[in-house]
Order: sequence, then structure tokens, then C-alpha cells
Amino acid sequence: MADQNSVDKTAASSRVPTVIADDVHIVYRVYGGNTGRGSATAALNRIIKRKPDAGVREVHAVKGVSFTAYRGQAIGLIGSNGSGKSTLLKAIAGLLPAERGKVYTDGQPSLLGVNAALMNDLTGEKNVMLGGLAMGMTREQIRERYQSIVDFSGINEKGDFITLPMRTYSSGMAARLRFSIAAAKDHDVLMIDEALATGDRSFQKRSEARIRELRKEAGTVFLVSHNNKSIRDTCDRVLWLERGELLMDGPTDEVVRAYEKETAR
Amino acid sequence: MSTVSETTHDSAVALSAPPSPDDGLPAAELAKKYGLAVSGARPGLGEYARQLWDRRHFIVAFSRAKLTAQYSKAKLGQVWQVATPLLNAFVYFLIFGVLMDAKRDMGPDTYIPFLVTGVFVFTFTQTSAMAGVRAISGNLGLVRALHFPRAALPISFALQQLQQLLYSMGVLIVILVGFGHFPKLSWLLIFPTLVLQFAFNTGLALIMARAGSKTPDLAQLLPFITRTWMYASGVMYSMTDQLKRAHAPEWVIDVLGANPAAVYIDLMRFALIDGYGADKLPPHVWALALGWALLLGLGGFVYFWKAEEQYGRG
Repeated sequence: MADQNSVDKTAASSRVPTVIADDVHIVYRVYGGNTGRGSATAALNRIIKRKPDAGVREVHAVKGVSFTAYRGQAIGLIGSNGSGKSTLLKAIAGLLPAERGKVYTDGQPSLLGVNAALMNDLTGEKNVMLGGLAMGMTREQIRERYQSIVDFSGINEKGDFITLPMRTYSSGMAARLRFSIAAAKDHDVLMIDEALATGDRSFQKRSEARIRELRKEAGTVFLVSHNNKSIRDTCDRVLWLERGELLMDGPTDEVVRAYEKETAR
Repeated sequence: MSTVSETTHDSAVALSAPPSPDDGLPAAELAKKYGLAVSGARPGLGEYARQLWDRRHFIVAFSRAKLTAQYSKAKLGQVWQVATPLLNAFVYFLIFGVLMDAKRDMGPDTYIPFLVTGVFVFTFTQTSAMAGVRAISGNLGLVRALHFPRAALPISFALQQLQQLLYSMGVLIVILVGFGHFPKLSWLLIFPTLVLQFAFNTGLALIMARAGSKTPDLAQLLPFITRTWMYASGVMYSMTDQLKRAHAPEWVIDVLGANPAAVYIDLMRFALIDGYGADKLPPHVWALALGWALLLGLGGFVYFWKAEEQYGRG
């Protein structure tokens, strides 16, 4: 399958759906975000009066988004900060439950986030093992790919840093290692959240290349980015989200041009 | 695999039906036609257990990592694994052994091992419950980033506490030998007791994890509950002796003796300490120990699984 996709880019036109979002709504509930009186007596009052919702604020992050993604497509998600892009990805990955509506997927989509939680007090070495196991790789698979993960991250270019705890890393180094761990696995439906924005220029180039590779192997790729150039380079279809609503869905050029026109003002 | 025929087949479909026959098909039917599944749906109980088993290496690695990370900033490092329980036992000895003189019925050779066993065994359950409450709510980043059966988190926290207890048991054995309680056959009872208590603790951690993910306030409340529980479990004094002295009715003694923490503490003391005979154990003690382990272990697992798809919400 991987070969076929790499040889034939027009596989994008095959109409096998891999992800269907059907009127998806996502609501976050935030405790302590209430604008009313925040005193202890007020909180007690609310508990006594049995009004649990008073202390909770609801944030309607995604409001009724529907689309169908097909095998071989690389789909970009654009929109201003807080427009619900990352939230939508998490819902597709099944990590955040939808309030209303449903997401159907082919297999288990994987979210490639640079935020994947690793432990700062552990050495980079142990984090590679832990991160790999958390993604569902076996010990043998991780051992096999260990060297390539470390080499790719470039952590050891400045000395033997992989055996130091991650809290001693600079933020850029930590982000590079996280990306390298996450990118070590092959995925059916792959979702990438702002991954290209990490690290220095040479690492960005390497990670872009790796994402193109992953894209060849994966059925469908989603990419969240604020970098319109990387969206243009990697995606053939773009969804434009604004305030949790799907504003536009179409070919990359068309949507990105409209988005740039809107943001240029 | 014939690449060419696959490709022509694909493009043929695209050409012959520019507006695909799938257009206008409701999402649910389209999904069904191509065999797509609802994302993030909760698997069946058996399938869930199987997925969990597949992640066993992650569970073990995560608990070990947490354990080493715990003291990695301290200068003494892993020495604290042993020093913490030792200091803990010393503080209780100072208060209950020296200041309040609770050892009058037993003599120091029995009382100190009695106290230290009680503290260590109870701490095992207490810390499992505390870690359970924060297992989901404190790891929301991980829950929202990666896909794995969520029960892996509370289970791995309970496992971390078990490893912590094993360090404490090492300290305990040194104390026991120091006070003249040498290894004997009954020490083998440690293993069934630990297995049962671990099952109980894991179930407790699972229940606490689900409750704590919905109601984070529980983390504030729990220390008070566990402290009350500790005083009611006869950690520092013999509960039975105290109640008998106060002429409490027989059923009160039996009910308090059936409390799971007391059951596991008593069994461990019975296994390890010479002067602590079967007469101090509540009736049907092994049945109680097994019952609590099964009830919480299985019940907690099912209870946690029921909300599996909700944990990402926080």
C-alpha cells in the first residue's frame, strides 16, 4: 500500500473514506472559571443550593463540524488561535469525547503532538522507551529504532545529552526529542499538531522530510499549522475553522488564499 | 500486489462517477459501508482487558519511571526510598511508643515491629488511593495525547506503590531481625497477603481515578478520610485490646476488625511477629482478605471501564 501511494499521488482521487465527522460538537467544562463571586462562602452557597453548574463554565470549542476525508488526502487545518483546530484533531483521534455528533474512523488515528507528555525527571534515553511503549510499540521495535530516534532528534550533536534528565534540555531540544519519538511509529491516519514549528531551521527541514515520508505510508494525514507555506507544501485540501465552525473546505490554493486575504486586513 | 491494476481501478471509479454514488449518503451509512468505527468508542470488557494486557510493558515501565523520578532531584537520590518509610516509622514510634506509651501491653520487642508493620502496610493502601485520585486528572496531558486503555494509569500507580512497599519491607525485615524475630515458615504468608492487598489497592485506585477525574475536589478531601481510616484500623495500637478494655459489644469489634486495611495489617503481623498469634485475628480472616480483594479488584475495574471514553474530557 505504501508503495502504491508513493508512486501514485493521484490515489488522492480514490473515494475511500477514512475519517467521517458528522456534526461534531465539543464542549470543555472549566472549573473555577466562573466570573461571579469566587469566595468560599459563595461556593458553599452554591453547593447547598444544589446548583453545580454555577461553578462551571462551558466552552463550546467546536460547533457542528462535518466533513469526510478520503484515503491518500493530506488535509490542512487553518484558523486563528483558539479556533478549535487542535480540539477537532483530538476528537478525531478519539481522545476527547464529542458532546454531540460522531466521528467515524478507519482504524486507530494517531495524534502526533509535540505536547505528548514525557517525564522531565527521566533521562532522554528512558523517555524514548516510555514514549514508544505508550504509543503501543513493543520493546524490540523501540530497541530497533532507538538509534534512529536519537540521531534524528540531534540531541547528541552537542555532547552526550541523551543520558541526562530531560529537565536539563533547552525547550527546543526537548521539543525535538518529543517529535522524534512520536514520529518513530507508522500510522494509518496521522494527525500532526504544529509539529513543524519546533526546533531550529535544520531540524525543521528534517521534520518536514519525515512528515512527507509518514504521509506516504499513512492513509490520511491531518496537519495543523500557522505556517501557510508548510500547509501549501504538504496539503492538497484545507479546512478553515473559525470560532469552532467550519468556514471553508476546499483545495489548498483556494482556501489558503481566502484565509490570507482575511488575515491580511 | 499489482500496482497498476490497483491504480487503474481507483481512477476508473473516480472517472465513471465524478459525483460519487456515496454523495448524499448519511454519515452513519457511509461509515458502515466502508467499515469505519466510531472513534474513541469504549471497547467491550474482554477486549478492554486484552488491550490492557498488550500495554503491560508500558504499565511496568511507567510505574518504574515514576518511582525513580520521585527522588531524582534529591541529593541522596534513591536513598530516600528507604529513608522515607524509616523516618515515618520513627515519628510514630516517638509519639505512640515513647510519649503515649501505647506499648504497655506488648513490650518494646513486639511493639516496635507491630507498629512499623502497621504503618508500612497501611501506607501502601493510603498512597495507592491518593495516587489513584490524581491518576487521570494529573495526567490529562498524556490522556489527551496518546491512545491507550486508561486503566493503565491507575494500575501503574498502584504498582509503583507496591514497589515502594517492597523497599519498606526490606527495612521492616532488618527491624524484625534487630528485635529478635527471625525468619520462619509463617513468613511465607507475606506473599498471599501482598497479592490480595495489591488487588484491593488496585481496585481502590481505579475507583478513585474515576471519581477524581469527575470531582477533582476529592484530592483535597481524601487525606482526612484516610487519616480517619488509619486511626480506625489499629495501626498504632491493638484495636481489639482497646475496644475490649472499653467493653465494646462483640459485633463492634467484629465490624471494625473486618475493615480491609485492618485485615491486611493483621495478616501481615500474624505472618511476621512471634508474639502476635491467631487469637488476635478476626474470624474468617482469609475469607475477608480474599473477599475484599475480589470485590474491589473486579468491581473497580468494571467501574473504571464504564467511563473509559469520558476521561479525555477532564
